[in-house]
Parts: sequence; structure tokens; C-alpha cells
Amino acid sequence: MKSTVSAFTAGAIFGIGLIVSEMVNPRRVQGFLDILGNWDPTLVFVMAGALLVTMIGYKLVLSRQKPLFESSFSVPTNRIIDARLIIGAILFGTGWGLSGLCPGPAIVSVATFNPDIAIFIVAMIVGMKLFDTLNKKV
Amino acid sequence: MSIVEFSWSSALLGGALIGFAAVLMMVTIGRIAGISSIFASTLKPSSAYSWQWAFSGGLLFSGLCLNWFYHPIQLDIQSNTFWLVVAGLLVGFGSRLGSGCTSGHGVCGIARFSPRSLTATAVFISSGMLTVAVLRQLQ
Repeated sequence: MKSTVSAFTAGAIFGIGLIVSEMVNPRRVQGFLDILGNWDPTLVFVMAGALLVTMIGYKLVLSRQKPLFESSFSVPTNRIIDARLIIGAILFGTGWGLSGLCPGPAIVSVATFNPDIAIFIVAMIVGMKLFDTLNKKV
Repeated sequence: MSIVEFSWSSALLGGALIGFAAVLMMVTIGRIAGISSIFASTLKPSSAYSWQWAFSGGLLFSGLCLNWFYHPIQLDIQSNTFWLVVAGLLVGFGSRLGSGCTSGHGVCGIARFSPRSLTATAVFISSGMLTVAVLRQLQ
């Protein structure tokens, strides 16, 4: 129960952060990616704010033995940079640039009932399922 | 593309809130706030993903509340349906293949100085910039 409430609260704060920083607006994101045009630096400041807080916070938190409501930390330990990581990031970045959308802002934007968001999310779910299907076969 | 005014203070504040949410996830349940992985878990036919459902529910809830009580979320989507579908497929497939997106790699991973996340973030920002540059040529 405590874990569920914590995760819900974290999700809500994350969403507020995306809205306050306007990262929910695809134009902001595409503006940041548009280095040859009218470049929008907003995302740099969002990243800076997020990284500053997260770096300090993680440093303090990860020095603990365990989290408050679970028995251990579940932090990825893989450090190998492989083709999957690179190709995945290239594909993700291409979709991100095309639309200005990524999973977090898309989910938060469901609230607008904008049909474009529904189209993007359905396609994103299909992409994720496609990965699961192919991944099982390999 | 960007005509809207830029406010560094709300950008920093919003970013800090995102960071606070990531730290809250770690201190309470010891998890990374990586939205593509969390969301993908909710699509699996199992009830063993309660915190993932809760986090996704929180994201939805924040959108609904702020959209109604604060001010309407502004969305300027410039892609047509075809390109939105292509983009969604690429974002969904790519984030799973690359084990993360802007939140998991870009924020949580870099904050842990993960070499995989630093690489992934540099790559997806570069491919995003290249994509927008190509779009610009086609317009």
C-alpha cells in the first residue's frame, strides 16, 4: 500500500513537472531539437533542474541500506554499450523528433482528449508489443 | 518552429519537480522513474505490476487535474496522422530495444552516471536533431 501511494505520488509530481516546464508541448521539444532553426533552450533548463536534484538526491538515497518501503534497491547494473542500446536510441530519437512526443508527456496529455495523442499512444503500444513479439523469437 | 516565449524559471522549476519525483521513487521503493519501462509493464497480462500502474495513474491524474483546475495543457502538434503513427511506433519499439527513454536514460540514468544512459541520451538527442533538420528541409 505504501509503495503504491508513493509511486502514484511520484507519478503525479513527475507529471506536474512536465506540465510546468511545458515539456508536454511537442513544439517545445521540437524547438530544442531544431538546432538549424529558431532554437528553443527550454529543455536544457529542464534537464539541468532535473539532473541537479536527481544527482544530489540519488547520492543521499543510495548511501542507505535499502529504500523505505521495499527490501532492496532495483537499479540497473548493466554497463555494456551494445548495438541494441544504440539502435534503440536512434529509433526512439527519430520518433521523438518526428512528433516531439515521448512516453511521459504523451501519457500526461491524455487529459486533453486530443485525438492525435490517442493515435500516438496506440502506435506506441503497438511498437512496444512488436518489440516483445520479436524479442521472444530471437 | 518555436514562437512561444521561453521562461527559464518555470523550466528549472518543472525540471526540479521531475528530479524530485525521481528521487521520491528511489527513496520509497528503490526504483528508477523510467516511464517507457513502467508503462510497458502495465501492458503485460499480469497483476504483479501494481506500482507501475500507480505511477502511470499518477501521471494521468496530474494531467487531468492541471488541465481542469490550473490551465489547459497547450499542445502544438505539427505532424499529420501518418507521421504520428510512424513516430509512435518508433518511440514504442525504440524505447524498449534501447531499454529506456528521456526519463529513464536522460534523467535517472545520467544522474547515476550510467555509461549506457549517457550514450543513449547523446544518441537519441542527435537522431532527434537530425530528424528535425530533415523535416525542416522537406517543409
